[in-house]
Amino acid sequence: MEGREKYQLKIEDIHLSFGGLKALNGVTTGVRSGEIFSIIGPNGAGKTCLLNCINRFYHPEKGKTLFEGQDLSRLKAHKIASLGIARTFQNVELFGHMTVLDNIKLGAHIHMKSGSISGGIYYGKTRREEMALREHIEEEIIDLLEIEQIRKKTVHTLPYGLQKRVELARALAMRPKILLLDEPATGMNLEETEDIARFILDINEEWGVTIILIEHDMGVVMDISDRICVLDFGQKIAEGEPEEIRHNEHVIRAYLGEEDVTYSRLGA
Amino acid sequence: MRCGDFKDTYVRDEAIFQSVFVKVWLALFLVCLLIFPFLANEYVLYIVNLIGIAIIGAHGLNLLTGFTGQISLGHAAFIGVGAYTSAILITRVGIPFWWSVPMAGIMSAFVGVIIGIPSLRIKGLYLAIATIAAQFIFEYVFMTWESMTRGIRGINVPDPELFGFRFDTERKFYFITLFFVVVGTLYARNLIRTRVGRAFIAIRDRDLAAELMGINLFRYKLTSFAISSFYAGVAGSLWVSFMNIVTPEHFPLSLSIEYLAMVIVGGLGSVLGSIYGAIFMVLVPEILRFGTDFIKDIPAFQHIFAPLREVVFGALIVFFLIFEPRGLAELWRRMKNFFLLWPFSY
Ligand SMILES: Nc1ncnc2c1ncn2[C@@H]1O[C@H](COP(=O)(O)OP(=O)(O)OP(=O)(O)O)[C@@H](O)[C@H]1O
Ligand SMILES: [Mg+2]
Repeated sequence: MEGREKYQLKIEDIHLSFGGLKALNGVTTGVRSGEIFSIIGPNGAGKTCLLNCINRFYHPEKGKTLFEGQDLSRLKAHKIASLGIARTFQNVELFGHMTVLDNIKLGAHIHMKSGSISGGIYYGKTRREEMALREHIEEEIIDLLEIEQIRKKTVHTLPYGLQKRVELARALAMRPKILLLDEPATGMNLEETEDIARFILDINEEWGVTIILIEHDMGVVMDISDRICVLDFGQKIAEGEPEEIRHNEHVIRAYLGEEDVTYSRLGA
Repeated sequence: MRCGDFKDTYVRDEAIFQSVFVKVWLALFLVCLLIFPFLANEYVLYIVNLIGIAIIGAHGLNLLTGFTGQISLGHAAFIGVGAYTSAILITRVGIPFWWSVPMAGIMSAFVGVIIGIPSLRIKGLYLAIATIAAQFIFEYVFMTWESMTRGIRGINVPDPELFGFRFDTERKFYFITLFFVVVGTLYARNLIRTRVGRAFIAIRDRDLAAELMGINLFRYKLTSFAISSFYAGVAGSLWVSFMNIVTPEHFPLSLSIEYLAMVIVGGLGSVLGSIYGAIFMVLVPEILRFGTDFIKDIPAFQHIFAPLREVVFGALIVFFLIFEPRGLAELWRRMKNFFLLWPFSY
């Protein structure tokens, strides 16, 4: 009972394997409502797999995920969105041939009503709904993420960094309660990385969205996380506040094996 | 003040016909379409009616294949189902043409949904093969279910009537075709810029991400099949009342392929593309027929030029696939841009 109130998202003993490879080996953790929860770990540790299990893209052999007390294990992938779970991907998964604006509009799919008849007629309610959506996107999302200049551009023509930002915008259009971000700052320069960190903080504080963040940039992770979970070879090896993680022996050893290098990498 | 300005911009930005200039052109174009039948002869009007009916069918296939990414080789079967439904309703049940059209659409949509079910599991060429099954099943049904379809004898269908006015010439029928083409085009255009249409495109581009947005793939693929075959049914229904007869051999596999060629040549995923493609596929063979008829009169060329029409037609399609894979719609867009910017095109 206690646990149910304490955690918005609970992950219980998740096992996932590909052939002989154990990608996740009994991971248990929980995310509190309103926090920024980071997942770190070396390449191949199973971080992305964990998000894929939450999303129902992968079906773990064992274990449960509970979101606000509801078991996600039996839901279809498309049902996850309407619970308020949004996500961005390590390798951007945008609709490449559409404009930035249309991509973001797609994020709002679950919040809209028009169907195949009313949509084709485009009059009255449908028209008002489309206008309201456009206004919401312009004023809340495009403005926040500073992408006014590119709203009419076709996505595949944009540089990688901007595509990542558009993907974040699309996730925001889903008006999520919890946002799963898979390496949002990869491939970005210092300035862009700082922008992204600022956006994540804004989204967390102003919209009250819980964030699960996978990120290799330790500066960002240590700066903005409330708590951090460390995975290695599919197992959780540590969990706690940034300060604890920075000095945790297991983490230091797992991360690079070489203590002094690790120290500088973790920013201690 | 600033806010108000912004809102006006969105409203204008979201409109299909954005400037006064475009609206005036469109109005002029519509007036031309209305005057046109009084200037053209019956032969030209016959061709134009066929083009109109093909446009409606092509819109349907383009929504399914071009926008949702589901290849279908069963489109002719859906057109046939619409044609027979309409013919049977008019001749056996005595329902007027006007009601038979939407009913034919609904019947085809229903059949389309059933044929579309495999699309949930299979994609691309495999789906194309699965939809061919529909083609063969329905050709067989049209042929052998004699008590309903009268088999190869076919069904004779009377001309449509409205308040005692008979649409008994190509010229009169033109207005029926025009009406359905305009409605069908506007519907398609609106659909693809709202929720359902965006979901179709999302499924085509990246179905995994579409699911993440909460799009139910099962439901939307079937919706796409339903809408697509609804168009096919309407096209079939218009076709029987225009031709006044329907027989099983009117809906062969080659017609399905022709429709696929239409949307590819016109431009997959473009509403205007369906229109260009339909015009191309109906008009070019006619023009080639004139050309070859002329040459055929020269006795020495007779044997060589008889099949020339098919060869040239096929070559033109291949040419498009190679040099303009995005179709006539894209070619037209680039030409327009060129002239709009001229003389600063480069
Ligand atoms: N679809 C798949 N098929 C086979 N193996 C997979 C699949 N997805 C992931 N794996 C394997 O599972 C392990 C964990 O992968 P995962 O993508 O979760 O790592 P990660 O922690 O996200 O690493 P990175 O930091 O490189 O993104 C890896 O060894 C990977 O090769
Ligand atoms: Mg990863």
